[in-house]
Amino acid sequence: MEKIKLILPLLVYLGITLYIAYYNSPRRKKSKNFTNEYFIGNRSMGGFVLAMTVIATYTGASSFLGGPGVAYKLGLGWVLLASIQIPTAFLTLGILGKKLAIISRKIDGITINDFLRARYQNKWVVIMSSTAILLFFMAYMVVQVIGGARLFEVLTGLDYTVGLVIFGFAIIFYTVFGGFKTVAITDAIQGVIMLITSIILFWVLKEAGGGMRNIMKTIYEIDPNLLTPSSGGAITKPFIMSFWVLVGVGLLGLPQTTIRCMGFKDSRSLHRAMVIGTFVVGFLMIMMHLIGVMGIAIIPNEQLGDKVIPILAIRNLSPVLLGVFIGGPLAAIMSTVDSLLIQTSSTIVKDIYINYIAVDIDEKKLSRISLWTTLIMGVMVFALAFHPPEFIVWLNLFALGGLEAVFMWPILLGLYWKKANSTGALLSMGISLLVYVTMTLLKIKFFGMHQIVPTIVVGGIVFVIGSYLKKPSSEEHLAIFFE
Amino acid sequence: MKKINKQLKKEAIITVVLYLIYFVWWYSFAYGLGDVDPKDYKYILGLPEWFFYSCVLGFLMITTLLWVSIKLFFKEVDLKIYEKNAGREEWKK
Repeated sequence: MEKIKLILPLLVYLGITLYIAYYNSPRRKKSKNFTNEYFIGNRSMGGFVLAMTVIATYTGASSFLGGPGVAYKLGLGWVLLASIQIPTAFLTLGILGKKLAIISRKIDGITINDFLRARYQNKWVVIMSSTAILLFFMAYMVVQVIGGARLFEVLTGLDYTVGLVIFGFAIIFYTVFGGFKTVAITDAIQGVIMLITSIILFWVLKEAGGGMRNIMKTIYEIDPNLLTPSSGGAITKPFIMSFWVLVGVGLLGLPQTTIRCMGFKDSRSLHRAMVIGTFVVGFLMIMMHLIGVMGIAIIPNEQLGDKVIPILAIRNLSPVLLGVFIGGPLAAIMSTVDSLLIQTSSTIVKDIYINYIAVDIDEKKLSRISLWTTLIMGVMVFALAFHPPEFIVWLNLFALGGLEAVFMWPILLGLYWKKANSTGALLSMGISLLVYVTMTLLKIKFFGMHQIVPTIVVGGIVFVIGSYLKKPSSEEHLAIFFE
Repeated sequence: MKKINKQLKKEAIITVVLYLIYFVWWYSFAYGLGDVDPKDYKYILGLPEWFFYSCVLGFLMITTLLWVSIKLFFKEVDLKIYEKNAGREEWKK
């Protein structure tokens, strides 16, 4: 009986997402331009949905489980680190938003590769970026899904496999049939769920701990260092500063967020999304990580950081509230996976298949191929999650930084620097990735900084040098991007 | 058309400036107030002073500042005029 109370909110929620998928299905609507509808939702996102989908896509398992878990070990210093992400949403939207929106309309582009292909006119740039998307996204998704299924196991007591199947079925189904628009709308709902759950847990814990001042007092008695910004020396300055690159400036190049700059309706939506996005992400980051810190006072001596949030939830919430709460981290994970899944599919169908394999293909056949591709990729992700092979775990280590290494400069300089050309882009993509992977593997760190910092610096320099080696593109061609 | 590009550049610069303001605020309060012996900490709403100013107030400050800057400096651009409506024909090039 308890279990039913717990799973009921979850089932209701899954039911709603499936209905949205059905309602928005491009096939049901018999859309004329299928790929445009399926992969970018006909550029119809409003401000609220845009804000929420950007946030929901990049707050995955780590923001809901891993991050607060570390905050539980290191204290307020880690919340300080997490709040570096607060201005990232407006940075990305403010710098890339309008420009990408205009250019993608001019070239009728619906993927990041469409932009790169049009700007650099080089096959290898597209091949390299497609490969990076496929490999890193795959690893990213599998690890997220594993996180979701484990959480399901801990919270409901049901088997890991059961979680994986329910979870997998829902995501695959609504992504395959619903396309980008469904992904964006469900992301928005999932964002709201994340907000509600963090507020509930925060409130309940604050009461349980006898008020914030009391909680902080208890933590002070356990270890005063947990209240300092450096966590008693555990969070060094070069280390925390590197995060301004890894989860700050570097996110300018993340394909899953940049693609969203191609899908919004009008500039008012963008403006609203910047404000809403910053507010929501700030609220969420501070709340969730503070919950981790409050856990120190409420359940001291828990060894596994990742389990802190689930344990806090189980001990402090009633079954129905717990059911709603599970929706939070699951929503965080689902909203990340669905976005990556639809983009993986668009990379295969739009960037590889249509470009290089079947140039002349009719709309009807294309729609079938798109659905099948999404389905097959989705099933693959969940199949891999049963027994994740080593290379996935290995690739996941590089996923975030690797994507930034490949994409940041080609996108940023391509948009704002006339002299940027394919030589610069190719050299920068290749060398950045090489530097990043080598340094991570050999664990080389300059002055305690994360490897992404030297990677981005080297990548930028190489890009500029490379671009001067060859003549810039013709004025005529550049007019699409700079006029 | 040129004018639009100038506006876009201006908006990008404002975005970067706001980002820098947030960084300075975040850094100054965290390390200015927080880098002392924890026993000397003062508390606001139950949170250590440095944390309250740097993270909580910093977050509210930047959201407000962003909202004001957008109202003042950001312009609405008609995106519809850039649509080609060429459908798939265009990609085949």
